Amino acid sequence: MEQAQLERAARLEVPHDEVRQVIELIIDNVNQLKDTQGLKAPTHLDSATALFGGDGFLDSMALVTLVVAVEQAIEERFGTNVSLADPGAMSQEHSPYRTIGALADYALKRLRAG
Amino acid sequence: MDAPVTLITGTRIGIGRHLAEHYLRAGHRVVGCSRAPADWTREGYEHYETDVADEKGVKAMFSEIRRSYGHLDHLINNAGIASMNHSLLTPTSTVSAILATNVVGTFLLSREAAKLMKRKGYGRIVNFSSVAVPLKLAGEAAYVASKSAVVALTQVLGRELAEFGITVNCVGPGPLATNLIRSVPKQTIDRLLSLQAIPRMGTFDDVANTVDFFLRPESGFVTGQTIYLGGL
Repeated sequence: MEQAQLERAARLEVPHDEVRQVIELIIDNVNQLKDTQGLKAPTHLDSATALFGGDGFLDSMALVTLVVAVEQAIEERFGTNVSLADPGAMSQEHSPYRTIGALADYALKRLRAG
Repeated sequence: MDAPVTLITGTRIGIGRHLAEHYLRAGHRVVGCSRAPADWTREGYEHYETDVADEKGVKAMFSEIRRSYGHLDHLINNAGIASMNHSLLTPTSTVSAILATNVVGTFLLSREAAKLMKRKGYGRIVNFSSVAVPLKLAGEAAYVASKSAVVALTQVLGRELAEFGITVNCVGPGPLATNLIRSVPKQTIDRLLSLQAIPRMGTFDDVANTVDFFLRPESGFVTGQTIYLGGL
């Protein structure tokens, strides 16, 4: 998993630590949703875990809740207000919400764009 | 009497193309437009690559229509875009694009068409709304807002343009087999259809029939109205 994070950091040209923090932050928020909303999620979560569409475990309302929670958590952690809204949200092929890794990529790109 | 001149927006595909072919068969001279080039052509049809929200491009198209035909009888504001997304996941760029095509486009085309129609003291403008408006469809906030604005525009323009002999009406189709709904899940479509008095998908001919009624010279006492198809 460390290797995957290093590759992601290199591909996105962002510090490795930032990648790790964003992925952990998404996983933390999924776990919080599990606790507070009874979300049925896999026990083990990592960047390859499918979130939405296909094998994903989120329905559309849980997706909205998670994305908004991640936006707020990113602002608290990095001090940057990012919008993770995307016109391709409901598209299975292009959605940045396919997996935890895809959502992390999207968040990191938005963080980088300021 | 000269063949009527009918301008239809969004004629590359879907309802727009169907209406263009329908009115060509009825003997109209049809002018169409879309952002991308049309991959079809017929005798009597002229196509412009024009974005309905681009004022400069739209004005240039109307100058050409005035030069080529001298007048305009009908405008069908069919061009439209949609986006299925929860409001909390919708970027403002998507909202702006939807409002630009669906609202600004309808306004701009109607304004320029009315200037041409006014010369003859006769004109018919038909706008496009959607059953998503009366259904207050969740997941389509920007689209529904834009199509509500089209209903409001229809009502106000109907009043403003009445004195020039121009009627302005609106058709609101339900789900039709077009690109606009290709990404909408089947169960969503089935649920929508179940809310209609007549629970079936609409057809292009259902839409054409309603537009036919609004375009008829005998419909000169009908303005500012919206007809939703399927019974809502």
